[in-house]
Amino acid sequence: MDKRAFRTPVGDEGLYILDTASWRTTRPIMDKSTCINCGLCMAYCPVNAVKWAKDTKFFLTYDYCKGCGICAQECPKNAIMMEKEGEDT
Amino acid sequence: MTMEKRLVLTGNSAAAEAAALCRPDVIAAYPITPQSSVVEHLAQMVYDGDLDAELVQVESEHTAMSVVQGAAVGGGRTFTATSSQGLALMYEPYFRMSTLRLPTVMAIASREMTSPETIWSGQQDAVSVREAGWIQMFCESNQEIVDMIIQGYKISEHPDVCIPVNVCYDGFYSSHSISGVSLPGQADVDAFLPSYSKNYSAILDPNKALALDPMTPGNLLMKYRQNHLASMQNALGVIDQTDQDFAKKFGRSYGGLIEEYRCDDADIVIVTMGSMTGAGKDAIDAARDDGIRAGLIKLRFYRPFPAARMVNALKGKKAFCVMDRSVCFGWDKGSMYVEILAALSASAEKYSYFSAIGGLGGADISLEDFLQLITQLNRIKNTPGEHKTHWLIKQ
Repeated sequence: MDKRAFRTPVGDEGLYILDTASWRTTRPIMDKSTCINCGLCMAYCPVNAVKWAKDTKFFLTYDYCKGCGICAQECPKNAIMMEKEGEDT
Repeated sequence: MTMEKRLVLTGNSAAAEAAALCRPDVIAAYPITPQSSVVEHLAQMVYDGDLDAELVQVESEHTAMSVVQGAAVGGGRTFTATSSQGLALMYEPYFRMSTLRLPTVMAIASREMTSPETIWSGQQDAVSVREAGWIQMFCESNQEIVDMIIQGYKISEHPDVCIPVNVCYDGFYSSHSISGVSLPGQADVDAFLPSYSKNYSAILDPNKALALDPMTPGNLLMKYRQNHLASMQNALGVIDQTDQDFAKKFGRSYGGLIEEYRCDDADIVIVTMGSMTGAGKDAIDAARDDGIRAGLIKLRFYRPFPAARMVNALKGKKAFCVMDRSVCFGWDKGSMYVEILAALSASAEKYSYFSAIGGLGGADISLEDFLQLITQLNRIKNTPGEHKTHWLIKQ
């Protein structure tokens, strides 16, 4: 066995365990027709799952989203809805 | 071998001079009695241009340990020093330093813990953090402080160990007492202790992103603990080997994990740790002159605990007493005593034995105290079993 394996908690051993997406029971859905691109959802997201791109502006990603719903709570235009995970998304 | 420098130094200055010989990249410490002059000495060396190290002035011991932790993660060799309440304040990053498996050497000029308010000697500070994953060793003399700081880096940075090391010595009795010390030459220390290998620890590299210390679930965390404990056991062999390697190069050997003094044919044995050992050895000599077959075991490493060597050293003895300069609050006994009983639990030998506690809060442990213990051991040596805890309190 590699002498460095499971010595200092670093790198590959630890990285894959950050699978916060597996905790999700509800999933946020953003309605871009009412979204005003204020960015509050990005500011509040605890796992940095809200991204920004030049063409689409703010959008949601699901690799780390744990479905906490804070973005939906904070959205001033109610443009983010929480839907049950596993149902019709 | 180049000439050693013969100097007259306090224990703290000896620690500083030895640390400087190990070429630390970063030093951070906060003043606390009786440790302060270690870092004062190092600061002077940096100011005078005699030591090329980054000396960081910090606002607390918590920060001191955090700074050396950051420096160690960055690939530097580090040094710091503390005592008692400072060590207590440092506890959180102290634990993380060992569990991140970062090599370093920290001197502890050991001091009693309050309350009652005290600044004087005692080993309670260091032994109270024995389960924080560090290697802990205790010195008898100023020469041993020098030699063990140099050996400390060698042990700590060994690829089979990678655990930080405490070099402890009694506050005031060692830290402020002056004695002659042989200081090895820089070239010899460089040969004995090659420059810090960056392969041994986690290294922050701007070109290679990594996650250090991510949130880790229990099933993986236990693998880190398992590895840490195994490395601690590896250290037992590395410590004895390092003692021999050091002796070959510098001509001084301390016996590694423990030192046995006139134990070979002894009936009764006293176990000591730290500066009290000197008075203990004098008492053994006096008892021997009177025809009493007495011996002494100096425990040098408290973590990892040298159970096998301790059991072996006590084999065939009739009676022993463990002289502690700290208490084990849960047991009405001294701390080292409890450890030794744990080590002996697998042994079939029948002993007469007791715990002795003394020297707390800077109280002296004198030759007379040790003679008293020898008398008591002689009296009980044919009555196997545990005898009452003996407190050395002078009226």
